[in-house]
Amino acid sequence: MSATAIPRVHTPPPPDPPVRPAKHYINATSGLASWLLTVDHKRITILYLISITIFFAIGGFFAMLVRLELITPQGDLMTAETYNRSFSMHGIAMVFFFLIPSIPATLGNFLVPIMCGARDLAFPKINLLSWYCFIVGAVFALATAFMGGVDTGWTFYTPYSSTYANGAVLTAILGAFFAGFSSILTGLNFIVTIHKMRAPGLTWFRMPLFLWAMYATSIIQILGTPVVAITLILVGLERGLGFGFFDPKLGGDPILMQHLFWFYSHPAVYVMILPPLGVMSELTAAFCRRRVYGYHFVALSSVAIAVISFIVWGHHLFTSGQSVYAGMVFSVLTFLVGIPSAIKVFNWMATMFKASISFEAPMIYAFGFIGLFTIGGVTGLFLATLGLDIHMHDTYFVVAHFHYIMVGSAIFSYMGGLHYWWPKITGKLYNDTLGCISAVLIFLGFNATFFPQFILGYMGMPRRYHAYPAEFQFLNICSSLGATLLAVGYVLPAIYFTWSLFKGKDAGPNPFKAKGLEWEIPSPPPTENFTKVPVVNSEPYDYAPGAGH
Amino acid sequence: MATHATTPNAHSDDHHHAHPPGFAHQFEDIGQQLDSTTLGMWVFLAQEIMFFGGLFCGYSIYRSLMPAGFEAASNHLNVPLGFANTVVLIASSLTMALAVRAAMLGDNKWVLRWLVGTLILGCMFLGVKIIEYSDKFEHHLVPGYNFQWANAAEAPGAQMFYVFYFTMTGMHALHMVIGAGLLLYFIYKASKNTYHPQYFGPIENMGLYWHFVDIVWIFLFPLLYLLGYHLGKGH
Repeated sequence: MSATAIPRVHTPPPPDPPVRPAKHYINATSGLASWLLTVDHKRITILYLISITIFFAIGGFFAMLVRLELITPQGDLMTAETYNRSFSMHGIAMVFFFLIPSIPATLGNFLVPIMCGARDLAFPKINLLSWYCFIVGAVFALATAFMGGVDTGWTFYTPYSSTYANGAVLTAILGAFFAGFSSILTGLNFIVTIHKMRAPGLTWFRMPLFLWAMYATSIIQILGTPVVAITLILVGLERGLGFGFFDPKLGGDPILMQHLFWFYSHPAVYVMILPPLGVMSELTAAFCRRRVYGYHFVALSSVAIAVISFIVWGHHLFTSGQSVYAGMVFSVLTFLVGIPSAIKVFNWMATMFKASISFEAPMIYAFGFIGLFTIGGVTGLFLATLGLDIHMHDTYFVVAHFHYIMVGSAIFSYMGGLHYWWPKITGKLYNDTLGCISAVLIFLGFNATFFPQFILGYMGMPRRYHAYPAEFQFLNICSSLGATLLAVGYVLPAIYFTWSLFKGKDAGPNPFKAKGLEWEIPSPPPTENFTKVPVVNSEPYDYAPGAGH
Repeated sequence: MATHATTPNAHSDDHHHAHPPGFAHQFEDIGQQLDSTTLGMWVFLAQEIMFFGGLFCGYSIYRSLMPAGFEAASNHLNVPLGFANTVVLIASSLTMALAVRAAMLGDNKWVLRWLVGTLILGCMFLGVKIIEYSDKFEHHLVPGYNFQWANAAEAPGAQMFYVFYFTMTGMHALHMVIGAGLLLYFIYKASKNTYHPQYFGPIENMGLYWHFVDIVWIFLFPLLYLLGYHLGKGH
């Protein structure tokens, strides 16, 4: 402190009435260039939010094409070729351009520095570079779509993507490559920020569980993504220059491509689901007014999931000609993922037990998440069982399983988090009733779409065909009707969120009366986040004893 | 979380110490900045190890499947040139390390000189690489559309060896080219007297990157060039 005591006046903010600060990160500077060249993590959040929402709409469009085709058993709406391209583009848009960046690049980008008590991420310019990498990838992905798409599926398996490819494989691969690079840069920024930028007093076990989840996610992004990057380069070289890495005619082995691909892409599933698990912990604590039960276990289970995720990839190759002994090992290892996942679910439920839960929109999403995550997780154990997987492999059972995790759980949590932090990001309140309605609509629509697919898969309907035997039609119609309901559920938030920007009430710093550094600063926050560096001297979720009763 | 604002913020009116040039304002102090940028570079290098790791993994698998073809093909590489390049790269690591030391001392004149030396050695390496590549083109050793190998039994292994030779050394050379671009940038910054004993992080991180790229070559040289050396010339 300065010895020459310059008298400074700190008027505490008025205690209660919701205020919107005159100057905040949204209006700090104006003009398009001030947004496109910004290094403010909060503005980059907005850039990402808009970008990934566009890709969610594109991916959703291709999904609707697929569901429309599957209403009738005959392949009458489109040719088999067009159908293959539709589901491939659906997968590429959703996985690489929506799900992987979804929570880390938006909520993570916004919250990691604020939860650390920092003014920005460690490397603001690299953060902007990550968005531009995403945009370069996005341009390649859109070019792919306009050049007629690809029919390889999102996995780019050889020889579909090399010898027998007949679509714009190279541009699609470049799209995924650049999107991956943007993901690596985000992960790098988060790891350094969480290690080095935490406020005084914010020890590792005082960190909000969302930070733990983002840390675990970042480890996967750093160690997994480069492997898929080099794999995609090898596929590109095989396709472009005739380098026969995976071509049996030249001594290569196509199965090696699957190993390398899943070495990243299975951990990538946890890039999609670990951040939602972190958001869930925040929602549970905030709306139960309680410290999350078993905090240390929930925190470390994120790390455990990240570690185990690297040793289970072989469960994608049970039927690909992998050694049966390797299959048995991978089967056992895959079961291990169930342990940290269940630790989380049981601890959230213990937190809710006898708490006075406030039923606001984010919490409704959290409830939906627990249901969908449990179904998705338990059916994952079905598929981890070596013998059972021989029957289920490449059927709709698999499609339903991973949609319960990657769509059901991941998007439910993303939406829950978006509802929870929307007042912080924009400073505006949305209509909570409409929020609850959309949560219920999405939950019903989702289950109507994907639960029938478990049954279809168990009955033996294979995935990735545009025609099917007539006896499967009823369940397919259920699925397509559910998808329509799901679409309505997704459009509704787009409407009331947009409405809230113009007509919503000012949120004030802490509309949910939640604990956490992000709720102690104005909404929307100022560009530098904190006018004084905060000092943290208590544990997270420090709700008053008995507040839950 | 109960919090009390006590630490003065660098942006507030009362910060009592001037920040040195090169300080980035998201950090609290220059020490935190150095720690963060160094950790950032190590995390980036971890990512690089996984990137090259995919290639080394593929190399190991195919070499164990087709050992004869790999050895025979390796014997067609020019070991003296490869060895000379190894020496050039190790020398460039020395000049790079000396540049880092000069930056820590704030001696921008010598930072500039050592970086220029590093750049020249790096370009020598790339020049030799171009000679070697063109030689492979002339001898029809480029896999894909232009590959000829006399011994039919060894041909698949030999071609796979050259697939990995070109991909691994190509990826390595790409990293060298990017490194050369970065060197140019830092040479410009050193000419502007940017570095001083409190601000040398960028040069140190440049050094970490350069040494990493060198170490990749230290692995590539024996795996690619020396694999078939025991067979003797003219095999």
